[in-house]
Amino acid sequence: MKNEQTKESTIRAISRPSKGEAGKTGDWRSQTPVIDQEKCSQKESCLLCWLYCPDGVISREFPLEIDLEYCKGCGICAQECPRKAIRMVDGRNPSEKNAS
Amino acid sequence: MATSAAKLLPKEEFILPGTRSCAACGLMLTYRHALKALDPGKTIVAVPASCMTVLHGVYPITPVKVICINNPFGATGAAASGIAAGLKALGNDDYTVLAFAGDGGTYDIGIQALSGAFERGANFLYICYDNEGYMNTGTQRSSASPAGAITSTTPVLAKLQHKKNMIGIVEAHRIPYIATASPAFPLDLYDKVKTAKDTYGPRYMEVHAPCPPGWGFPNKDLIKMGKLAVDSGIHVLFEIKDGVFKLTSRSLSLAEKGKKKTISEYIKGQTRFKKISQDQINSLQEFVDQRWNEFLERHHRNSF
Repeated sequence: MKNEQTKESTIRAISRPSKGEAGKTGDWRSQTPVIDQEKCSQKESCLLCWLYCPDGVISREFPLEIDLEYCKGCGICAQECPRKAIRMVDGRNPSEKNAS
Repeated sequence: MATSAAKLLPKEEFILPGTRSCAACGLMLTYRHALKALDPGKTIVAVPASCMTVLHGVYPITPVKVICINNPFGATGAAASGIAAGLKALGNDDYTVLAFAGDGGTYDIGIQALSGAFERGANFLYICYDNEGYMNTGTQRSSASPAGAITSTTPVLAKLQHKKNMIGIVEAHRIPYIATASPAFPLDLYDKVKTAKDTYGPRYMEVHAPCPPGWGFPNKDLIKMGKLAVDSGIHVLFEIKDGVFKLTSRSLSLAEKGKKKTISEYIKGQTRFKKISQDQINSLQEFVDQRWNEFLERHHRNSF
């Protein structure tokens, strides 16, 4: 019993996992990736964008989706896509203007 | 058996989006795939003060779904051996202890704790992400920075000394597993972390993690820079299992066929090399060639 009480009264500084630790990091972006689903191979044998995204914000399921709330806009996916299906468009939310 | 396609990697992400790390962070890409190779429910990470601490976030939130202990800069090796000893005493043999430190925390500040832990044969995996400088505190020079690079502590002459041979130092401890990897070759990285996980005893991995703000290249070129480093021989991919040396992945295909790129191709895309002189380029090329030939010789000696 005594031990449990001691445990209770111990102050522990433990962080808990959660999304958006640094806020909505999509705000950092000056260019936004836009996927052309027709150019994308839609094949599991590729997935290079998913593989190389440092933040892991590209989905693994097709059609691929990018989590723009957190995408930092580094442009690696656009650079590495073998079919050039992803391009970087100026602005934080170009999809609103250029929605196809 | 080497993992051949991205689809074979685990789907689950262990780093939640919205971290504090820079866009196009080589460390983060490394960590993301390293955690996929480990069993994050059964892994305890020890990190020193570094970009890793930044990635792990500010109390009370962390983006990483792994148990992690923050340590003083020089104490990663000591902390990891303590955790490993504690787990052994409690009979939790199925846990992996992962120490994850930068080149500053490995080559310079953490080397005595690391050497001590390896000498004692502590059971943990040490991954050094080598971004060639103290990037978290503002790009200061470390003993891993290449010769000719401008850092905030070598702003005028650029660094004069070549990179320290850390692999040689680690190898002198005769530990069961040593490997190098690069986030530009994530499948190779994944395989090596998996192999390291299943090895008992001290294990060391060195990952060459390009740093866009510290090295001065555009964010989008992260993978390109990582690949160029391997293609030019600045970073060589290999593993040393129980003393047996073997080139792997891209370095293996370079050794078998194909020509190594020159150092000039690697350095021209990075602003940190803008003050490098022709003499320094020649010296760097010679340094890299000599090391590459040593590796080639060891590889051929072991493959017959």
